[in-house]
Amino acid sequence: MNFFSKLYYKLRKMWKAIQLYLVIAGPGIVVMVADNDAGGITTYAATGAKYGYHLIWFLLVLIPVAYYVQEMTVRLGAVTKRGLAEAIFDGFGATWGWYALIDLMLVNWLTLVTEFIGMTAALHIFGVPPWLTVTGVVLLMAIIVLNGRYWTWEKIALLFCALNLIYIPAAFMIHPSASDIVKDGLVPNFPGGFNGQLFFFLMANIGTTIAPWMLFFQQSAVVDKGMQEKDIPWGKFDTLIGSALTVVVAIFIVIVTGTTLNGSDIDSAGRAAEHLMQTDRYVGTFMAIGLFDAGLLGAICISLASSWAFGEIFGWAHSLNQNIKQAPWFYASYFFALITAGLVVLIPGAPLVLITLFVQVIAVTLLPAVLVFLILLLNDRLTMGDYRNSVWQNLVGGFVVASIVTLSSLYGISVMFPNLFQ
Amino acid sequence: MRSSLKRLSRKIAEISQRYREPRIEMSRAVRAALQFLRFYLLFLVCLMVYKFILLLN
Repeated sequence: MNFFSKLYYKLRKMWKAIQLYLVIAGPGIVVMVADNDAGGITTYAATGAKYGYHLIWFLLVLIPVAYYVQEMTVRLGAVTKRGLAEAIFDGFGATWGWYALIDLMLVNWLTLVTEFIGMTAALHIFGVPPWLTVTGVVLLMAIIVLNGRYWTWEKIALLFCALNLIYIPAAFMIHPSASDIVKDGLVPNFPGGFNGQLFFFLMANIGTTIAPWMLFFQQSAVVDKGMQEKDIPWGKFDTLIGSALTVVVAIFIVIVTGTTLNGSDIDSAGRAAEHLMQTDRYVGTFMAIGLFDAGLLGAICISLASSWAFGEIFGWAHSLNQNIKQAPWFYASYFFALITAGLVVLIPGAPLVLITLFVQVIAVTLLPAVLVFLILLLNDRLTMGDYRNSVWQNLVGGFVVASIVTLSSLYGISVMFPNLFQ
Repeated sequence: MRSSLKRLSRKIAEISQRYREPRIEMSRAVRAALQFLRFYLLFLVCLMVYKFILLLN
Protein backbone atom coordinates (compact mmCIF):
# COMPACT_ATOMS: atom_id res chain seq x y z
CA MET A 1 0.00 0.00 0.00
CA ASN A 2 2.82 2.28 0.98
CA PHE A 3 4.50 1.62 -2.38
CA PHE A 4 1.35 2.51 -4.33
CA SER A 5 0.73 5.67 -2.39
CA LYS A 6 4.33 6.74 -2.98
CA LEU A 7 4.02 5.93 -6.68
CA TYR A 8 0.75 7.86 -6.90
CA TYR A 9 2.37 10.84 -5.16
CA LYS A 10 5.34 10.77 -7.52
CA LEU A 11 3.15 10.47 -10.62
CA ARG A 12 0.98 13.32 -9.43
CA LYS A 13 4.03 15.47 -8.80
CA MET A 14 5.38 14.64 -12.24
CA TRP A 15 2.04 15.42 -13.88
CA LYS A 16 1.93 18.76 -12.08
CA ALA A 17 5.46 19.53 -13.32
CA ILE A 18 4.40 18.66 -16.88
CA GLN A 19 1.31 20.84 -16.55
CA LEU A 20 3.44 23.72 -15.29
CA TYR A 21 5.87 23.25 -18.16
CA LEU A 22 3.00 23.27 -20.67
CA VAL A 23 1.93 26.64 -19.29
CA ILE A 24 5.43 28.10 -19.48
CA ALA A 25 6.45 26.35 -22.73
CA GLY A 26 6.27 28.40 -25.87
CA PRO A 27 8.79 31.16 -26.48
CA GLY A 28 11.80 28.83 -26.45
CA ILE A 29 10.31 26.19 -28.71
CA VAL A 30 8.64 28.68 -31.06
CA VAL A 31 11.76 30.80 -31.51
CA MET A 32 14.06 27.84 -32.02
CA VAL A 33 11.80 25.97 -34.43
CA ALA A 34 10.92 29.18 -36.26
CA ASP A 35 14.65 29.52 -36.67
CA ASN A 36 14.37 26.63 -39.13
CA ASP A 37 12.72 29.14 -41.43
CA ALA A 38 12.67 29.17 -45.22
CA GLY A 39 16.25 30.49 -45.35
CA GLY A 40 17.27 27.82 -42.87
CA ILE A 41 15.66 25.01 -44.86
CA THR A 42 17.34 26.33 -48.00
CA THR A 43 20.71 26.47 -46.24
CA TYR A 44 20.40 22.94 -44.83
CA ALA A 45 19.16 21.55 -48.16
CA ALA A 46 22.07 23.21 -49.98
CA THR A 47 24.52 21.97 -47.29
CA GLY A 48 23.32 18.38 -47.70
CA ALA A 49 23.42 18.56 -51.49
CA LYS A 50 26.89 20.11 -51.47
CA TYR A 51 28.66 18.24 -48.64
CA GLY A 52 26.50 15.15 -48.06
CA TYR A 53 26.53 14.15 -44.39
CA HIS A 54 29.94 15.71 -43.72
CA LEU A 55 28.74 18.77 -41.79
CA ILE A 56 26.25 17.02 -39.48
CA TRP A 57 28.79 17.20 -36.61
CA PHE A 58 28.91 20.97 -37.02
CA LEU A 59 25.12 21.17 -36.64
CA LEU A 60 25.35 19.17 -33.41
CA VAL A 61 27.86 21.68 -32.05
CA LEU A 62 25.24 24.36 -32.63
CA ILE A 63 22.82 22.86 -30.02
CA PRO A 64 24.70 24.19 -26.95
CA VAL A 65 25.63 27.37 -28.85
CA ALA A 66 21.97 28.13 -29.56
CA TYR A 67 20.93 27.19 -26.03
CA TYR A 68 23.50 29.34 -24.23
CA VAL A 69 22.80 32.35 -26.41
CA GLN A 70 19.01 32.14 -26.19
CA GLU A 71 18.69 31.30 -22.50
CA MET A 72 20.29 34.65 -21.69
CA THR A 73 17.25 36.38 -23.18
CA VAL A 74 14.95 34.31 -20.92
CA ARG A 75 16.76 35.51 -17.80
CA LEU A 76 17.01 39.11 -18.98
CA GLY A 77 13.33 39.24 -20.01
CA ALA A 78 12.01 37.58 -16.86
CA VAL A 79 14.09 39.79 -14.55
CA THR A 80 13.84 43.18 -16.27
CA LYS A 81 10.32 42.71 -17.77
CA ARG A 82 11.47 44.59 -20.85
CA GLY A 83 12.52 43.62 -24.36
CA LEU A 84 16.10 43.58 -25.59
CA ALA A 85 15.76 46.76 -27.67
CA GLU A 86 14.60 48.76 -24.65
CA ALA A 87 17.25 47.14 -22.45
CA ILE A 88 20.00 48.18 -24.89
CA PHE A 89 18.69 51.78 -25.09
CA ASP A 90 18.46 51.96 -21.33
CA GLY A 91 21.79 50.27 -20.62
CA PHE A 92 24.02 51.77 -23.30
CA GLY A 93 22.32 54.97 -24.35
CA ALA A 94 20.59 56.19 -27.49
CA THR A 95 23.53 55.96 -29.94
CA TRP A 96 24.08 52.25 -29.38
CA GLY A 97 20.36 51.74 -29.10
CA TRP A 98 19.62 53.22 -32.51
CA TYR A 99 22.44 51.21 -34.02
CA ALA A 100 21.01 47.96 -32.62
CA LEU A 101 17.47 48.87 -33.63
CA ILE A 102 18.35 49.84 -37.22
CA ASP A 103 20.52 46.74 -37.50
CA LEU A 104 17.60 44.61 -36.31
CA MET A 105 15.09 46.26 -38.64
CA LEU A 106 17.30 45.81 -41.67
CA VAL A 107 18.20 42.18 -41.01
CA ASN A 108 14.62 41.32 -40.04
CA TRP A 109 13.21 42.81 -43.19
CA LEU A 110 15.76 41.01 -45.36
CA THR A 111 15.00 37.74 -43.55
CA LEU A 112 11.29 38.35 -44.06
CA VAL A 113 11.97 38.60 -47.79
CA THR A 114 13.64 35.18 -47.65
CA GLU A 115 10.55 33.76 -45.93
CA PHE A 116 8.38 34.90 -48.81
CA ILE A 117 10.93 33.52 -51.28
CA GLY A 118 10.63 30.12 -49.58
CA MET A 119 6.85 30.16 -49.38
CA THR A 120 6.35 31.19 -53.01
CA ALA A 121 8.89 28.58 -54.16
CA ALA A 122 7.12 25.89 -52.13
CA LEU A 123 3.64 26.63 -53.42
CA HIS A 124 4.94 27.17 -56.97
CA ILE A 125 5.62 23.41 -57.00
CA PHE A 126 1.87 22.88 -56.58
CA GLY A 127 1.10 25.40 -59.32
CA VAL A 128 0.17 28.34 -57.07
CA PRO A 129 1.33 31.68 -58.58
CA PRO A 130 3.56 33.89 -56.35
CA TRP A 131 1.05 36.78 -56.15
CA LEU A 132 -1.59 34.42 -54.77
CA THR A 133 0.84 33.01 -52.19
CA VAL A 134 1.87 36.49 -51.00
CA THR A 135 -1.76 37.66 -50.73
CA GLY A 136 -2.88 34.46 -49.02
CA VAL A 137 -0.04 34.54 -46.51
CA VAL A 138 -0.65 38.18 -45.56
CA LEU A 139 -4.35 37.43 -45.03
CA LEU A 140 -3.63 34.30 -43.01
CA MET A 141 -1.17 36.13 -40.80
CA ALA A 142 -3.68 38.92 -40.28
CA ILE A 143 -6.20 36.38 -39.02
CA ILE A 144 -3.60 34.80 -36.71
CA VAL A 145 -2.41 38.00 -35.02
CA LEU A 146 -5.65 39.94 -34.96
CA ASN A 147 -7.40 37.55 -32.60
CA GLY A 148 -6.11 39.75 -29.78
CA ARG A 149 -4.48 37.18 -27.47
CA TYR A 150 -0.86 36.15 -27.02
CA TRP A 151 -1.86 32.66 -25.85
CA THR A 152 -3.94 31.88 -28.94
CA TRP A 153 -1.19 33.16 -31.19
CA GLU A 154 1.38 31.01 -29.39
CA LYS A 155 -0.69 27.84 -29.63
CA ILE A 156 -1.18 28.40 -33.38
CA ALA A 157 2.56 28.98 -33.74
CA LEU A 158 3.25 25.75 -31.80
CA LEU A 159 1.00 23.90 -34.26
CA PHE A 160 3.15 25.17 -37.14
CA CYS A 161 6.21 24.11 -35.12
CA ALA A 162 4.87 20.55 -35.01
CA LEU A 163 4.50 20.55 -38.80
CA ASN A 164 8.23 21.38 -39.01
CA LEU A 165 8.88 17.77 -37.95
CA ILE A 166 7.68 16.59 -41.38
CA TYR A 167 11.32 16.22 -42.46
CA ILE A 168 11.84 13.34 -40.03
CA PRO A 169 9.47 10.89 -41.77
CA ALA A 170 10.73 12.22 -45.12
CA ALA A 171 14.28 11.19 -44.17
CA PHE A 172 13.14 7.69 -43.15
CA MET A 173 11.26 7.27 -46.43
CA ILE A 174 14.45 7.55 -48.48
CA HIS A 175 16.25 4.83 -46.44
CA PRO A 176 19.59 6.52 -45.74
CA SER A 177 22.55 4.42 -44.63
CA ALA A 178 22.94 4.79 -40.85
CA SER A 179 26.55 3.66 -40.97
CA ASP A 180 27.40 6.31 -43.59
CA ILE A 181 25.73 9.00 -41.45
CA VAL A 182 27.79 7.96 -38.41
CA LYS A 183 31.02 7.51 -40.39
CA ASP A 184 30.82 10.73 -42.44
CA GLY A 185 28.66 12.91 -40.27
CA LEU A 186 29.68 12.46 -36.68
CA VAL A 187 33.46 12.74 -37.07
CA PRO A 188 34.50 16.40 -37.25
CA ASN A 189 35.91 17.12 -40.70
CA PHE A 190 36.14 19.96 -43.19
CA PRO A 191 35.11 18.59 -46.59
CA GLY A 192 37.24 19.98 -49.40
CA GLY A 193 39.55 21.78 -46.96
CA PHE A 194 39.36 25.42 -45.90
CA ASN A 195 38.06 27.60 -48.68
CA GLY A 196 35.70 30.50 -49.18
CA GLN A 197 32.78 28.23 -50.00
CA LEU A 198 33.16 26.19 -46.81
CA PHE A 199 33.40 29.37 -44.69
CA PHE A 200 30.28 30.62 -46.43
CA PHE A 201 28.36 27.42 -45.65
CA LEU A 202 29.56 27.26 -42.04
CA MET A 203 28.49 30.88 -41.53
CA ALA A 204 25.15 30.33 -43.22
CA ASN A 205 24.53 27.34 -40.93
CA ILE A 206 25.36 29.39 -37.83
CA GLY A 207 23.22 32.22 -39.22
CA THR A 208 20.23 29.92 -39.53
CA THR A 209 20.66 28.60 -35.98
CA ILE A 210 21.26 31.85 -34.12
CA ALA A 211 20.14 35.15 -35.58
CA PRO A 212 19.69 38.66 -34.16
CA TRP A 213 15.89 38.55 -34.50
CA MET A 214 15.75 35.48 -32.26
CA LEU A 215 17.33 37.34 -29.35
CA PHE A 216 14.86 40.19 -29.62
CA PHE A 217 11.92 37.89 -30.28
CA GLN A 218 12.41 35.51 -27.37
CA GLN A 219 12.99 38.26 -24.84
CA SER A 220 9.90 40.16 -25.99
CA ALA A 221 7.86 36.94 -26.01
CA VAL A 222 8.99 36.17 -22.44
CA VAL A 223 7.85 39.66 -21.41
CA ASP A 224 4.57 39.51 -23.37
CA LYS A 225 3.83 36.13 -21.82
CA GLY A 226 4.41 37.59 -18.36
CA MET A 227 7.11 35.18 -17.21
CA GLN A 228 8.56 35.79 -13.74
CA GLU A 229 11.92 34.98 -12.14
CA LYS A 230 10.48 31.77 -10.72
CA ASP A 231 9.67 30.62 -14.27
CA ILE A 232 13.28 30.93 -15.45
CA PRO A 233 14.21 27.22 -14.95
CA TRP A 234 11.23 26.17 -17.08
CA GLY A 235 12.01 28.87 -19.63
CA LYS A 236 15.55 27.51 -19.88
CA PHE A 237 14.25 23.96 -20.24
CA ASP A 238 11.91 25.16 -22.97
CA THR A 239 14.88 26.75 -24.77
CA LEU A 240 16.94 23.57 -24.41
CA ILE A 241 14.17 21.46 -25.96
CA GLY A 242 13.80 24.02 -28.75
CA SER A 243 17.56 24.06 -29.43
CA ALA A 244 17.72 20.28 -29.71
CA LEU A 245 14.58 20.17 -31.84
CA THR A 246 15.79 22.77 -34.32
CA VAL A 247 19.10 20.98 -34.87
CA VAL A 248 17.44 17.54 -35.13
CA VAL A 249 15.16 18.87 -37.87
CA ALA A 250 18.17 20.48 -39.59
CA ILE A 251 20.06 17.17 -39.51
CA PHE A 252 17.12 15.32 -41.06
CA ILE A 253 16.97 17.88 -43.89
CA VAL A 254 20.70 17.40 -44.50
CA ILE A 255 20.11 13.64 -44.52
CA VAL A 256 17.29 13.98 -47.10
CA THR A 257 19.30 16.07 -49.56
CA GLY A 258 22.61 14.41 -48.65
CA THR A 259 21.18 11.01 -49.55
CA THR A 260 19.24 11.83 -52.67
CA LEU A 261 20.87 14.92 -54.13
CA ASN A 262 24.50 14.64 -53.00
CA GLY A 263 26.79 16.17 -55.60
CA SER A 264 23.98 17.83 -57.57
CA ASP A 265 23.89 21.56 -58.01
CA ILE A 266 21.04 22.39 -55.63
CA ASP A 267 21.03 25.87 -54.19
CA SER A 268 17.52 26.17 -52.84
CA ALA A 269 15.01 24.11 -50.91
CA GLY A 270 12.42 24.78 -53.63
CA ARG A 271 14.65 23.23 -56.27
CA ALA A 272 15.48 20.39 -53.91
CA ALA A 273 11.75 19.68 -53.53
CA GLU A 274 11.31 19.78 -57.33
CA HIS A 275 14.15 17.28 -57.80
CA LEU A 276 12.83 15.06 -55.04
CA MET A 277 9.40 15.02 -56.68
CA GLN A 278 11.00 13.20 -59.61
CA THR A 279 12.54 10.48 -57.43
CA ASP A 280 9.90 10.18 -54.70
CA ARG A 281 6.70 12.16 -55.00
CA TYR A 282 5.86 11.95 -51.31
CA VAL A 283 9.27 13.04 -50.08
CA GLY A 284 9.20 15.95 -52.55
CA THR A 285 5.73 16.92 -51.33
CA PHE A 286 6.87 16.71 -47.69
CA MET A 287 9.85 18.93 -48.52
CA ALA A 288 7.60 21.52 -50.18
CA ILE A 289 5.05 21.50 -47.33
CA GLY A 290 7.85 21.80 -44.79
CA LEU A 291 9.36 24.71 -46.69
CA PHE A 292 6.05 26.57 -46.78
CA ASP A 293 5.45 25.91 -43.09
CA ALA A 294 8.97 27.07 -42.22
CA GLY A 295 8.53 30.28 -44.20
CA LEU A 296 5.17 30.99 -42.60
CA LEU A 297 6.43 30.36 -39.06
CA GLY A 298 9.52 32.46 -39.69
CA ALA A 299 7.45 35.31 -41.14
CA ILE A 300 5.06 35.27 -38.17
CA CYS A 301 7.90 35.51 -35.66
CA ILE A 302 10.25 37.88 -37.47
CA SER A 303 7.65 40.52 -38.23
CA LEU A 304 6.56 40.34 -34.58
CA ALA A 305 10.15 40.76 -33.37
CA SER A 306 10.40 44.04 -35.30
CA SER A 307 7.02 45.34 -34.12
CA TRP A 308 7.75 44.50 -30.50
CA ALA A 309 11.13 46.26 -30.65
CA PHE A 310 9.63 49.36 -32.31
CA GLY A 311 6.79 49.45 -29.80
CA GLU A 312 9.16 49.22 -26.84
CA ILE A 313 11.29 52.13 -28.03
CA PHE A 314 8.61 54.43 -29.40
CA GLY A 315 6.38 53.82 -26.43
CA TRP A 316 3.49 52.43 -28.48
CA ALA A 317 1.19 49.78 -27.12
CA HIS A 318 2.92 46.60 -28.28
CA SER A 319 1.25 43.45 -27.10
CA LEU A 320 -0.64 40.71 -28.89
CA ASN A 321 -3.07 40.92 -25.99
CA GLN A 322 -4.18 44.30 -27.34
CA ASN A 323 -6.41 44.63 -30.36
CA ILE A 324 -5.81 46.78 -33.43
CA LYS A 325 -7.60 49.80 -31.91
CA GLN A 326 -5.49 49.66 -28.75
CA ALA A 327 -2.19 49.08 -30.55
CA PRO A 328 -2.55 50.57 -34.07
CA TRP A 329 1.15 51.31 -34.62
CA PHE A 330 2.16 47.85 -33.46
CA TYR A 331 -0.03 46.23 -36.10
CA ALA A 332 0.74 48.91 -38.73
CA SER A 333 4.50 48.24 -38.49
CA TYR A 334 3.80 44.50 -38.50
CA PHE A 335 1.85 44.64 -41.76
CA PHE A 336 4.10 47.26 -43.36
CA ALA A 337 7.13 44.95 -42.99
CA LEU A 338 5.11 41.98 -44.16
CA ILE A 339 3.63 43.57 -47.28
CA THR A 340 6.82 45.32 -48.47
CA ALA A 341 8.83 42.08 -48.03
CA GLY A 342 6.17 40.17 -49.95
CA LEU A 343 6.31 42.68 -52.81
CA VAL A 344 10.08 42.14 -53.29
CA VAL A 345 9.44 38.52 -54.21
CA LEU A 346 7.10 39.63 -56.98
CA ILE A 347 9.83 41.68 -58.74
CA PRO A 348 10.45 39.86 -62.02
CA GLY A 349 13.94 38.36 -62.34
CA ALA A 350 15.04 39.08 -58.77
CA PRO A 351 17.97 36.76 -57.72
CA LEU A 352 15.94 35.10 -55.00
CA VAL A 353 18.20 32.14 -54.20
CA LEU A 354 21.30 34.30 -53.94
CA ILE A 355 19.42 36.76 -51.71
CA THR A 356 18.37 33.91 -49.39
CA LEU A 357 21.90 32.60 -48.82
CA PHE A 358 23.46 36.05 -48.44
CA VAL A 359 20.87 37.21 -45.94
CA GLN A 360 21.84 34.31 -43.64
CA VAL A 361 25.49 35.31 -43.87
CA ILE A 362 24.85 39.04 -43.31
CA ALA A 363 22.64 38.20 -40.33
CA VAL A 364 25.36 36.16 -38.67
CA THR A 365 27.99 38.82 -39.40
CA LEU A 366 25.95 41.43 -37.54
CA LEU A 367 25.08 39.07 -34.69
CA PRO A 368 28.18 39.71 -32.49
CA ALA A 369 27.24 43.38 -32.06
CA VAL A 370 23.95 42.47 -30.38
CA LEU A 371 25.46 39.50 -28.60
CA VAL A 372 28.08 41.67 -26.91
CA PHE A 373 25.35 43.98 -25.59
CA LEU A 374 23.40 40.98 -24.34
CA ILE A 375 26.42 39.59 -22.48
CA LEU A 376 27.18 43.00 -20.93
CA LEU A 377 23.56 43.37 -19.82
CA LEU A 378 23.64 39.90 -18.26
CA ASN A 379 26.68 40.97 -16.24
CA ASP A 380 24.95 43.99 -14.73
CA ARG A 381 24.92 43.00 -11.06
CA LEU A 382 22.53 45.81 -10.13
CA THR A 383 19.74 44.65 -12.43
CA MET A 384 20.34 40.93 -12.71
CA GLY A 385 21.34 40.13 -9.12
CA ASP A 386 21.49 36.34 -8.69
CA TYR A 387 20.50 35.81 -12.30
CA ARG A 388 23.60 37.44 -13.77
CA ASN A 389 25.98 35.44 -15.98
CA SER A 390 28.39 32.99 -14.36
CA VAL A 391 32.01 32.82 -15.49
CA TRP A 392 31.19 29.74 -17.56
CA GLN A 393 28.27 31.46 -19.29
CA ASN A 394 30.50 34.44 -20.08
CA LEU A 395 33.17 32.13 -21.48
CA VAL A 396 30.65 30.39 -23.75
CA GLY A 397 29.19 33.74 -24.86
CA GLY A 398 32.67 35.14 -25.53
CA PHE A 399 33.64 32.02 -27.44
CA VAL A 400 30.55 32.31 -29.67
CA VAL A 401 31.30 35.98 -30.40
CA ALA A 402 34.97 35.24 -31.15
CA SER A 403 34.09 32.27 -33.39
CA ILE A 404 31.59 34.25 -35.42
CA VAL A 405 33.95 37.21 -35.86
CA THR A 406 36.78 34.85 -36.89
CA LEU A 407 34.61 32.98 -39.39
CA SER A 408 33.21 36.24 -40.81
CA SER A 409 36.75 37.59 -41.13
CA LEU A 410 37.93 34.44 -42.91
CA TYR A 411 35.04 34.73 -45.33
CA GLY A 412 35.84 38.42 -45.79
CA ILE A 413 39.48 37.56 -46.54
CA SER A 414 38.39 34.90 -49.02
CA VAL A 415 36.27 37.55 -50.79
CA MET A 416 39.19 39.97 -51.02
CA PHE A 417 41.78 37.31 -51.89
CA PRO A 418 39.89 34.51 -53.64
CA ASN A 419 43.04 32.47 -54.35
CA LEU A 420 44.30 32.42 -50.78
CA PHE A 421 42.31 29.41 -49.56
CA GLN A 422 42.43 27.23 -52.68
CA MET B 1 2.94 63.65 -44.77
CA ARG B 2 5.16 66.52 -43.72
CA SER B 3 3.57 66.81 -40.33
CA SER B 4 3.90 63.04 -39.82
CA LEU B 5 7.61 63.25 -40.59
CA LYS B 6 7.94 66.17 -38.20
CA ARG B 7 6.16 64.20 -35.48
CA LEU B 8 8.42 61.23 -36.12
CA SER B 9 11.61 63.31 -35.95
CA ARG B 10 10.33 64.93 -32.72
CA LYS B 11 9.69 61.48 -31.27
CA ILE B 12 13.19 60.30 -32.28
CA ALA B 13 14.73 63.37 -30.65
CA GLU B 14 12.67 62.73 -27.52
CA ILE B 15 13.83 59.09 -27.34
CA SER B 16 17.44 60.15 -27.89
CA GLN B 17 17.06 62.65 -25.07
CA ARG B 18 15.42 60.12 -22.74
CA TYR B 19 18.22 57.59 -23.21
CA ARG B 20 21.04 60.13 -23.47
CA GLU B 21 22.86 58.88 -20.40
CA PRO B 22 23.74 55.17 -20.47
CA ARG B 23 22.86 53.42 -17.22
CA ILE B 24 25.71 50.91 -17.49
CA GLU B 25 29.08 52.52 -17.07
CA MET B 26 31.67 51.46 -19.60
CA SER B 27 35.36 52.17 -19.46
CA ARG B 28 36.96 54.03 -22.32
CA ALA B 29 38.62 50.80 -23.51
CA VAL B 30 35.31 48.90 -23.64
CA ARG B 31 33.70 51.78 -25.47
CA ALA B 32 36.55 51.87 -28.00
CA ALA B 33 36.41 48.08 -28.45
CA LEU B 34 32.66 48.25 -29.11
CA GLN B 35 33.15 51.09 -31.58
CA PHE B 36 35.86 49.12 -33.37
CA LEU B 37 33.67 46.00 -33.48
CA ARG B 38 30.81 48.01 -34.92
CA PHE B 39 32.88 49.44 -37.76
CA TYR B 40 34.63 46.16 -38.42
CA LEU B 41 31.34 44.28 -38.74
CA LEU B 42 29.97 46.96 -41.05
CA PHE B 43 33.12 46.64 -43.15
CA LEU B 44 32.57 42.87 -43.38
CA VAL B 45 28.96 43.39 -44.41
CA CYS B 46 30.14 45.79 -47.14
CA LEU B 47 32.51 43.06 -48.37
CA MET B 48 29.62 40.63 -48.51
CA VAL B 49 27.49 43.05 -50.46
CA TYR B 50 30.44 43.46 -52.86
CA LYS B 51 30.64 39.66 -53.27
CA PHE B 52 26.88 39.56 -53.83
CA ILE B 53 27.18 42.10 -56.63
CA LEU B 54 30.12 40.17 -58.11
CA LEU B 55 28.07 36.96 -58.18
CA LEU B 56 25.11 38.81 -59.61
CA ASN B 57 27.15 39.96 -62.58
